[in-house]
Amino acid sequence: MEFFEYTAHELQKLLKAKEVSAVDVAKSVYDRISEVEPDVHAYVTLTENMALAEAASIDKKRAAGETLGPLAGIPVAVKDNMATKGVLTTCSSRILSNHYPVYNGTVVQKLYDAGIVMTGKTNLDEFAMGSSTETSYFGTTRNPWNIETVPGGSSGGSAAAVAADEAIMGIGSDTGGSIRQPAALCGVVGLKPTYGLVSRYGLFAFASSLDQIGPITKDVTDCAIMLNVIAGHDNRDSTSVKVDIPDYTKSLKKDIKGLKVGVIKELMGEGIDPAVKEAITKAVELMASLGAEISEVTLPNAEHALSAYYLIAPAEASSNLARYDGVRYGHRTERDVEDMLDMYMKTRAEGFGAEVKRRIMLGTYALSAGYYDAYYGQAQKVRTLIISDFANAFESVDVVISPTSPTVAFKIGEKTENPLQMYLSDVCTIPVNLAGLPGISLPCGLSGGLPIGLQIIGKPFDESSLLTASYAFEQAFEFKDKPNMGSD
Amino acid sequence: MALETVIGLEIHVELNTNSKMFCGCPVTFGEPPNTAVCPVCLGHPGVLPVVNKRAVESAAMIGLSLNCTVAPLNQFARKNYFYPDMPKDYQISQYDLPICGKGYVDVGAGGATRRIGITRVHMEEDTGKLIHKGQSGRIHGADYSVVDFNRAGVPLMEIVSEPDIRSPEEARAFMVKLRSIILALGISDCNMEEGSLRCDANVSLREFGEEKLGVKTEVKNMNSFRALRKALEYEVARQTKLIESGERIIQETRHWDDAGNITTSLRSKEEAHDYRYFPDPDLVNILMDADEVAKLKVALPELPDARAERLARDFNLEAGDAKVLALNKPLGDFFEETVAGGADALRAANWLLHEVSATLNQTDTEIDDSAFTPRHLIDLLKLLDKGTISGKMAKEIFKESFETGKLPSVIVEDSGHVQITDEDALTKIIDQVIAENPKAVEDWRGGQERAVGFLVGNVMRLTQGKASPDLVNKILKERLS
Repeated sequence: MEFFEYTAHELQKLLKAKEVSAVDVAKSVYDRISEVEPDVHAYVTLTENMALAEAASIDKKRAAGETLGPLAGIPVAVKDNMATKGVLTTCSSRILSNHYPVYNGTVVQKLYDAGIVMTGKTNLDEFAMGSSTETSYFGTTRNPWNIETVPGGSSGGSAAAVAADEAIMGIGSDTGGSIRQPAALCGVVGLKPTYGLVSRYGLFAFASSLDQIGPITKDVTDCAIMLNVIAGHDNRDSTSVKVDIPDYTKSLKKDIKGLKVGVIKELMGEGIDPAVKEAITKAVELMASLGAEISEVTLPNAEHALSAYYLIAPAEASSNLARYDGVRYGHRTERDVEDMLDMYMKTRAEGFGAEVKRRIMLGTYALSAGYYDAYYGQAQKVRTLIISDFANAFESVDVVISPTSPTVAFKIGEKTENPLQMYLSDVCTIPVNLAGLPGISLPCGLSGGLPIGLQIIGKPFDESSLLTASYAFEQAFEFKDKPNMGSD
Repeated sequence: MALETVIGLEIHVELNTNSKMFCGCPVTFGEPPNTAVCPVCLGHPGVLPVVNKRAVESAAMIGLSLNCTVAPLNQFARKNYFYPDMPKDYQISQYDLPICGKGYVDVGAGGATRRIGITRVHMEEDTGKLIHKGQSGRIHGADYSVVDFNRAGVPLMEIVSEPDIRSPEEARAFMVKLRSIILALGISDCNMEEGSLRCDANVSLREFGEEKLGVKTEVKNMNSFRALRKALEYEVARQTKLIESGERIIQETRHWDDAGNITTSLRSKEEAHDYRYFPDPDLVNILMDADEVAKLKVALPELPDARAERLARDFNLEAGDAKVLALNKPLGDFFEETVAGGADALRAANWLLHEVSATLNQTDTEIDDSAFTPRHLIDLLKLLDKGTISGKMAKEIFKESFETGKLPSVIVEDSGHVQITDEDALTKIIDQVIAENPKAVEDWRGGQERAVGFLVGNVMRLTQGKASPDLVNKILKERLS
């Protein structure tokens, strides 16, 4: 087995035992990148020099017997919407195509402190707005399972990189499903933590009340390891919560006897691919066989979640993206301008892609005088209903289950004509963001050679139950498939 | 047609907290451009605001000192618009749920005291400063503009008055009172010329007895109390003329041109601003604990009204004089320090309110900046008390002391300006003057009181003004009888 094929927890053992050096691990990953990246295009920027230098430094420290962080020497891919000081951070947008942050985001710093070897910055839908990575200014990423299909989005780059072994672990962000859905389409594990568990400082904001950073990994164990590193209150983020952070690896138990599992009625009906439905049903049966108590739960307002989301998220985005005006950083038009307004308009017209413009306009409209109450205000009220739907469900169950995505990976270009079609990809994931709950996706089968994702949702700050349910399922299901790439 | 003036003021107070409203950058003034900045107040991608606790306390203190309710819950909202001095292209402010609600200030103007309502107090962040490089320094016709973000993010408190003000003079008095209250709190330099105290006014007219408000204009760019009064007087006159000639008032923003003494319309490209306010999702609601607020209230420093009452009562001052000393905190402090050093209260007050204030005004000096300190005044009053100098001499010595910073007793010593109180010496001179001016003496005997003054004047002349006037009068009368 090549080093690039291992999980982080397997490599940790090898590295600690000095059976391999961090440099060798990094080199192995970069060899893999050279091999498959032309097909996958997971990365916007590769940071090979920085990575090898860091790997060498880790090796040196280890040789000297110094204490090392929990991810020391592990190659990790970082989504290109997180501030990495001195390293190009573009949000896959032309408007930031020349932007070098002057600081490290909190999560990035935590990962650095844990000793990661950052392989590079991964591709995303522009400003994280999308479900396929097709809106990236730098061209789409392709799904390693079938390069004619999308990897999902917006964290398509990170998910594809992990799936194709172009990184041992990845980190993404999730606003309406952007970690979980690409994880599902790429056959890897993706976790969106409870809103407030992980600091957003350094995450280039899309929708402030929905965004969260989370791990994208090859298995549930790696997910827990990374969550340990990134979770925790941050003084720089007023929306981060002071909660006790347990050791999430202690939740990696196989015993789910008596675990109460609710299957979301509304997300197993129309609009879900039959093959997907079947895989979820089988997954639930497997969990039952492990001793879980299965029931059906209902989220009566789930049908309104998509609409509420597509008012709240664009509204917040329209405000968050106002700062990209060409004044202080990023792209500024080089055309002649008449006045300030002209400069703003030309800069932003040139700098933003169509989907971003669409959402800014939608969001501006939803907040405008005379429409606020009917749109943004109303959407927030619906959000409260969705929160209480989940709260009600959790009175009788510990976790709830649904498909992550209504379909498997679709063809590149298949849904780009009609934005609304694309938005429907998020119908299972969006309610989780609206309610601020933790949600994980893990592989539970294939259909036509393409992965299907099982979504498990937990109570606020109960990532532990989530990880236990996921680990138990994963260990019992044994999803061993890998995409057919490169020389294997 | 008798028209009633209706004025409402919108005031901004820049706090002097250590750090900015939402980041740890220092609040500075006059530093090189863009040196007190960080990714947060520059609006870099990925940054988040963190609330300055001291600023929140200051806002509550302002509300409490203006008799406002402090809301149990307040919330930050985004005010969205594009302008290059705003790093995020939105300003974090407060909209639906401001920190303080209704209150009032009692303002004395034109001999009457009226209660002016306060609508609300809320917190927001200041913008950066734009500098236009070109002929006039104004945006029109500039070659290019540059922006300094040192000020961006400085805590700004907005205070809105009810449209209860009824004259430009009252508006000015309101601002003076407000300034003295906030200065007493110690949370702002409150300086209109420096921009730490700003004021915009809404002005409209209506017939007396009419409840409905007339069409208002907003007046901006008033950078001193004097400009405020002049601008409002001009605007009231302008609107009066229009109304009397049957014309409509156009609702617009007008810019006070201090050089030209007029307000000009800023209509140009103005569209109505829709700020699309919504609660800032990066910040959580602020809960004001009732006990904490009560503690803040108890801990409020002495405010001007209370101080005026105390000064009048404890030092037996005239109410009017006490008010003046209380409204001007540095002057009031000077007074109390002087009295604490042993000086007579009434005389100290007198000197401060007249000679000292007049000189400060003439030389455009702030009392805290002048070389003349309470120690100097105590010294001066002691010399007067002992009779070492006369009242007239005291005025001259004060001027020199103010200019040079020398203690009055030192000045007296150096110049030998000691008042002549030696009765024998004076008697000799007085006899001389009597002898030399028989006509004046005759006039006086004839009933002309003025003649005494003439004789006294001669004595003063002969003694280079050093003779004690009281003694001269006394001895002269004796010698004449």
